[in-house]
Amino acid sequence: MLELDKLVKLVGDGIEAVVTALGLGPTWVTLVQLIVAALVVVVFAALVVLFLVWWERKVSARFQMRLGPMRVGWHGTIQTIADALKLLQKELITPANVDRGIYFWAPVVTFVAAMAVYVTVPFGKGLIVRDLNIGILYILSITTFTVIGLLMAGWSSNNKYALLGGFRSAAQVVSYEVPMALAIVAVVMLTQTLSMGEIVSQQAKFYQWYIWRQPLGFLIYLVAATAECNRTPFDLPEADSELVAGFVTEYSGMKFAMFFLAEFLNMFTVAAIATTLFFGGWNGPFLPSWMWFLIKTLAGVFVLMWFRWTYPRLRVDQLMSFAWKFLLPLAFINIVLTGLGIYIFRP
Amino acid sequence: MPDVFALQAPPRYEIEDDDLLINIPAPPEKYSGAYLTETYKVNMGPQHPSTHGVLRLELTMDGEVVLSIRPHIGYLHRCFEKHAENLPYAGIVPYTDRMDYLAGLSQNMSFAVAVERLMGIKVPERVEYIRVIICELQRIASHLVAFGTYGLDMGAFTPFLWAFRDREMILDLFEWLTGARLLYNYIWVGGLARDLPEGWVAKTREFLDYFEPKINDFNDLLSYNHIFITRTANVGILPPEVAISYGVTGPNLRGSGVDWDLRRDDPYSIYDRFKWNVALGKGRFGPIGSCWDRYWVRIEEMAESVKICRQALEGLPEGDVHETIPRKARPPKGDVYARTESPRGELGYYVISDGSDVPLRCKARSPCFTAISSLNAVVQHAKKPMLIADVVATVASYDIVLGEVDR
Repeated sequence: MLELDKLVKLVGDGIEAVVTALGLGPTWVTLVQLIVAALVVVVFAALVVLFLVWWERKVSARFQMRLGPMRVGWHGTIQTIADALKLLQKELITPANVDRGIYFWAPVVTFVAAMAVYVTVPFGKGLIVRDLNIGILYILSITTFTVIGLLMAGWSSNNKYALLGGFRSAAQVVSYEVPMALAIVAVVMLTQTLSMGEIVSQQAKFYQWYIWRQPLGFLIYLVAATAECNRTPFDLPEADSELVAGFVTEYSGMKFAMFFLAEFLNMFTVAAIATTLFFGGWNGPFLPSWMWFLIKTLAGVFVLMWFRWTYPRLRVDQLMSFAWKFLLPLAFINIVLTGLGIYIFRP
Repeated sequence: MPDVFALQAPPRYEIEDDDLLINIPAPPEKYSGAYLTETYKVNMGPQHPSTHGVLRLELTMDGEVVLSIRPHIGYLHRCFEKHAENLPYAGIVPYTDRMDYLAGLSQNMSFAVAVERLMGIKVPERVEYIRVIICELQRIASHLVAFGTYGLDMGAFTPFLWAFRDREMILDLFEWLTGARLLYNYIWVGGLARDLPEGWVAKTREFLDYFEPKINDFNDLLSYNHIFITRTANVGILPPEVAISYGVTGPNLRGSGVDWDLRRDDPYSIYDRFKWNVALGKGRFGPIGSCWDRYWVRIEEMAESVKICRQALEGLPEGDVHETIPRKARPPKGDVYARTESPRGELGYYVISDGSDVPLRCKARSPCFTAISSLNAVVQHAKKPMLIADVVATVASYDIVLGEVDR
């Protein structure tokens, strides 16, 4: 019906035909194809962020008995575009005594790290830029780069709040990455593959979703993923009652917007990974596959927003002890249980 | 009376020299470890999002552990007491509004009660009833701000807006009644500025019916949230005997489990006619007197205030609210100390009159002032090391209004 895999194949073949007609070799074909794919992904990500920002404002407004943006466009739908235009026009202020190079590159690193993940995310049937055979490992390692960006921002800003925010986020993300990776390891034990496409195709039927075999793993992943994208109750790097705005304190204009974009992209990413690993990816009846993917992922994003607008914030030491003393042992137990299950049920 | 009333001397602590950085005390043994290097000072405020106004806290820190707190006040000092010495009694009332900008009516009330006692005025029944109704509504409004901002300080944004949504309705009622939303100047010496408008009573009943179930929503949203309890239940413990020895009053004292409420124990106005319970901290999720207990007292007090309001609306008599307003207040020579239970505790006015139309001296006893003086005691009595984030939680749980601290 509305499946896009034919279209993708058509475009790919078209590019190949055109490039070959220009008398260039197969390397060029791949290169042009990849550039086009990257552009599509970037545009898609930008659209996703535009939507998510609006949606977050609407969702938070609903939680708080407000209307949210209502003026620009129907129910404020193009409010985000207006905001983005405003941010684009703003002067990029570089405060005195900042470490200029690092200060400039920090938002770029954060944003690129958030973006690069989308290479291996299966958006739908046939909609994946590169189905790497180490897909999930690639995602885990790329998301870690975000930390470097945040640390760079905190360090270079020459501001104590930014520095503390950067340190906090580094400590937090590194801590929660461990249980998150272990939760994913448990899934990988079942799938026997790291390729995102493979994992999705193993969950074709509703009862094959890995959430049924990995409920504990999913909960661990959910908590760790919330911490990973610095959302409430784990939003300590930006705790406004303690740290003003954390590592983004000194940023303004489009640089600030890039951190903002990265945050929302990360949110979408963790929800997309949850969809792929636990909820059957793009599999689903009646609707086209990419629509199923979006529905499931946005439901995941909604859960994160729900957390944010109802929960208070943890304290730093509580955050750390929760990760190391509770979540990590739980993740190990989950792995042991998974191993036992495989040993018993699979001859 | 429980035996916590056996007074104890306040715990001693070193007050360092004001020329800082020279006489910084060595950290106590219990916190010292191999990692220990030196203590340092951190200024929290006066411009800080979670000091609720312009309070400056001088924290002595060992790493992230707070060793002592010295509050510095006076940024909002407006010479209320000196002003009062040069104003006729009726002219002081608007100044009392400005002391506690979250509970102006309670301040009006306290001052009016003091001067009326001095002059021997017995105000009509209707005035007493209306005063009780609006003071209790004011208490709800004030506690709603306390609830909302406490959520905000704990990182939860939604409770704040839920609280302000309901506070807005009370403010609308007040605006209808007094013409103002924040600084009312409504309770005058000997009476009220104006009578209730038509339909106000019905609207207030409507609000009470609407508001009572909302308290359960607040509990579901914040009070019983596990994270919230973890953040507050073992933090900022103010033991009952310390609370008493520092003169802490109001919800902060009751949060420490001391059964003391001026509305019941030293009744003024007509509070002795109503049936209600004094909310007490019981140490439900941790030691008694924790931040959660203080918070919880406020939540329960809102429900109790609704009860009082309902009874007062039920018994509201007819009458003239201007009947006993003196044309020119000239109290006889003498002095009086009248205390009332404001949303923040024992609010007292000590007025000395020399028989003229201005007071010779007018002192306001501020509950917030005494409350923040016990901040350092909270640190000294902490069983576990207190962190900066706990200071935020503790200061917020005191629900201080800096306008009242500085006067």
